[in-house]
Amino acid sequence: MAVSNIDIELRLLIDAIYLKYHHDFRGYAPASLKRRLTLAPSRFGCQTLSQLQDKVLHEPATLSELLSYLTVPVTEMFRDPSYFRSLREKVVPLLRTYPSLRIWVAGCSTGEEVYSLAILLREEGLLKRALIYATDINPQTLQKAAAGVYAADQIASFTENHRRSGGHSSLSDYYTAAYGRAVFDKSFRQHIVFSDHSLATDSVFAEVQLISCRNVLIYFNRELQDRAIGLFHEALCHKGFLGIGIKESLRFGAHADAFIDVVPEDRIFQKRDHREGG
Amino acid sequence: MRGADAIKERIDAIVVGGSAGAVEALAILLPALPRHLQAAVFIVLHLPREHPSLLVEIFRSKCSLPVKEAEDKEPVQAGTVYFAPPDYHLLLDRGPQLSLSVDEPVHFSRPSVDVLFESAADLYGARLMGIILSGANADGAAGLAAVHGAGGLTIVQEPGSAQVPVMALSALERSPADFVLSLEQIAALLRTLP
Repeated sequence: MAVSNIDIELRLLIDAIYLKYHHDFRGYAPASLKRRLTLAPSRFGCQTLSQLQDKVLHEPATLSELLSYLTVPVTEMFRDPSYFRSLREKVVPLLRTYPSLRIWVAGCSTGEEVYSLAILLREEGLLKRALIYATDINPQTLQKAAAGVYAADQIASFTENHRRSGGHSSLSDYYTAAYGRAVFDKSFRQHIVFSDHSLATDSVFAEVQLISCRNVLIYFNRELQDRAIGLFHEALCHKGFLGIGIKESLRFGAHADAFIDVVPEDRIFQKRDHREGG
Repeated sequence: MRGADAIKERIDAIVVGGSAGAVEALAILLPALPRHLQAAVFIVLHLPREHPSLLVEIFRSKCSLPVKEAEDKEPVQAGTVYFAPPDYHLLLDRGPQLSLSVDEPVHFSRPSVDVLFESAADLYGARLMGIILSGANADGAAGLAAVHGAGGLTIVQEPGSAQVPVMALSALERSPADFVLSLEQIAALLRTLP
């Protein structure tokens, strides 16, 4: 079957973004990337992906908008409450044994998950000795995450999720509501480092005890998933923990044997002790 | 029904979409799938996101084929029925393998019928059968048009026989269907698949 124009244009655009800006989408899951990119031209006032490519190359400001369009998934605080409940019940007791904690939220997007973890750690009395590395490929998104400002109409569902996650304080203790927005407590910022990092092209930057990377891997093809999970394995300390999305899996990748189940239904894993073999 | 048999011979995948009234429709269709079906079956139903998906449990006992919830990056097995998990879009990638996403809802729906059908049409082309069932919104109309555009076989539940006809009517408004059939007729057609 002949290659369609759209498939040609898509590949050229991805290559152009990589060559010019070093953002690498070549390993993204093709079907969902194609769906997003097919809808992109009209959003950017273009007729075709070729026109969009022209715009991306010659008007660099277009890039950050396109990055946001391509990478920002819809998320919320304490999404999948049982995941946070399991972290609290099964992982926190072991995290307590470390004198200082380093945690990596990879692909943090607009920060909802970062603040969720910070709140959980504060409730458990661990935040004061914790540092959370929150990384994403999109600087514009990181700025939003650092600001910690969310629409007030989302707060009701965040609060319900928090309650179902086993939260034993009130979510309203951690934000100030004004003008239809909820601004999360600036003191969290002392424990969070927001930083530009790509799972596709960058390497490990710290040793951590817990990595949370949820609903990011589903956007990668299997090779890129293997790369990302390889980075996680390298970054985790001896017996460190990895949490992924509820519908994500390590089973189909190259590192399936490098982790053991901790709470399989919530996709929480632990780095396998190499002395145990496997 | 010209050429229906020739078309059926080449089907590698069947995509099915529905919302209100579609669980009841599937209770008639899934038992009709032959035990040695060569095609894989992918199903998107709109369900409230807070409900854990019971679809797999409901249909496992009614279907002679393996029934499971789709997992990301899972290789597609012939003769297996996959349900999109609640709150995730289901897409198909080369391999073929399953792919999930948490992109924005389409027609207020995640999973969305359009998302599944469009990616399946892209991958399977003329080797695809798309079926639109009872449902309460227009999701699926663009998807079925994509199946049609790629040369696939399109089937719409006869709107008068659907519990809620909106999805079927929207699909028919958007593009012609190869067959507009009652559930019993669709079941009869499925029974004859290789």
